[in-house]
Amino acid sequence: MKARAFSYFRAATIDQALDAHARAGDDARFIAGGQSLVPALSLRLQAPRLLIDITHIAELRGVRREGEFLRIGALTRHCEMLSEPLIAEFAPLLHAAAPFVAHPAIRNRGTFGGSVAHADPASEFPAMTLALDAEIEMIGPSGSRRVKADDFFVDLFETALQPGELITAVFVPLFKADQRFAFDELARRRGDYALVGCGMLATCTGERIHDIRISFFSVGNTPTRVKGTEATLIGSSLGAERIAAAQAALEADLTPPDSDEVPPAMRLHLARVLLGRMLGRLGVGG
Amino acid sequence: MSGFDESLLDDADETERVRFVVNGRKVACEVAPRETLLDCLRNALELTGTHAGCEMGACGACLVQLDGQAVHACLMFAVQADGATIDTIEGLTESGVIADLQAEFHRRNALQCGFCTPGMLVNAHELLSQVTRPSRRDIRDALSGNYCRCTGYEAIVDAIDAVAKARSERGGVT
Repeated sequence: MKARAFSYFRAATIDQALDAHARAGDDARFIAGGQSLVPALSLRLQAPRLLIDITHIAELRGVRREGEFLRIGALTRHCEMLSEPLIAEFAPLLHAAAPFVAHPAIRNRGTFGGSVAHADPASEFPAMTLALDAEIEMIGPSGSRRVKADDFFVDLFETALQPGELITAVFVPLFKADQRFAFDELARRRGDYALVGCGMLATCTGERIHDIRISFFSVGNTPTRVKGTEATLIGSSLGAERIAAAQAALEADLTPPDSDEVPPAMRLHLARVLLGRMLGRLGVGG
Repeated sequence: MSGFDESLLDDADETERVRFVVNGRKVACEVAPRETLLDCLRNALELTGTHAGCEMGACGACLVQLDGQAVHACLMFAVQADGATIDTIEGLTESGVIADLQAEFHRRNALQCGFCTPGMLVNAHELLSQVTRPSRRDIRDALSGNYCRCTGYEAIVDAIDAVAKARSERGGVT
């Protein structure tokens, strides 16, 4: 299938991109990697009048330390999440998640900012921004602002981004020596969408957990933090009993959608299995 | 400041002139913005070795190298590739860089209908340029985005594995 006819504009700066969007009204879309947008256009799920290519905007590139954060430019490609040493050192959860994102050729084009903006509830990176307590920086007609990941994902493919706004960077708190992380997912086939996936980041003293953020994907309309489950783990060491309690708490936190392929009870069961495995690994160092 | 010409909005299907270096040769063609790079390669440039499969980025039949990296030609518009260097299966064949892979695919009959083969070769080429001695699991992992509807995977993995071994015995990547 082919996309409906559209005009194409390659922006060289953020100002140019925002200006073009404003002039096209709401009938424009920004495109970067396009690995989700192009199929959506081909299926005519979307049919904008104007496509604004932001791939060549230098301001949206680069990964660097900025104070207590790692600033990951929106155009950072998925393959760079694997190859960039700063990501491996300061955002190892993203480094661990990257090999699970689609296939190598998709990772060569797809961008981190694009994945977060698209907010596919089955995608790895949006959910990881929740686990990492990241902040999403965006710019639009009324200026620049930063939103906590906890407040960013609103509903199915719906985010805090307003019409005409684009993500400029994601700010991830630097990984610290007293932190541990784990990432895993269950999929029928490597590279396929996960039946259920999870990432977690814990702050510990020895075996005792002071703080933990656990984020699931493919379990609902948005990436999902499981706050009740997190609460069962704080202040304790990870033994078999504690892990079982956390697994039991999951039921109150997750409401998997009904689907013919994967009934809610099965998805919840898979989420429990995954949580148990990951907490087990976290207990011995993550 | 803007650089944006509002008249663009009135003629959505107007063609644009794009320039690439395809298989080492400079080319220019007229494309409508909605034409994918795949359409442009196959129709305008008659490079039909790049196959149109799912056209959704799932099957890998359309893989080409864009500025040295494997990408789906169906998942980008030709206008986005303006100024890029593209190598298709024809170019990789002519340059000889995948001759050993092609010979091994042939020797082991690592193809049945052959429709997926160009994409498999582009992907295998990328894998072996990054990992000198991938395990069979690594190979299967790398091929997870390439469908062979004849299910000829075993021989394909064998062929890539054999080339990786042969190259490393010869002293690394060719």
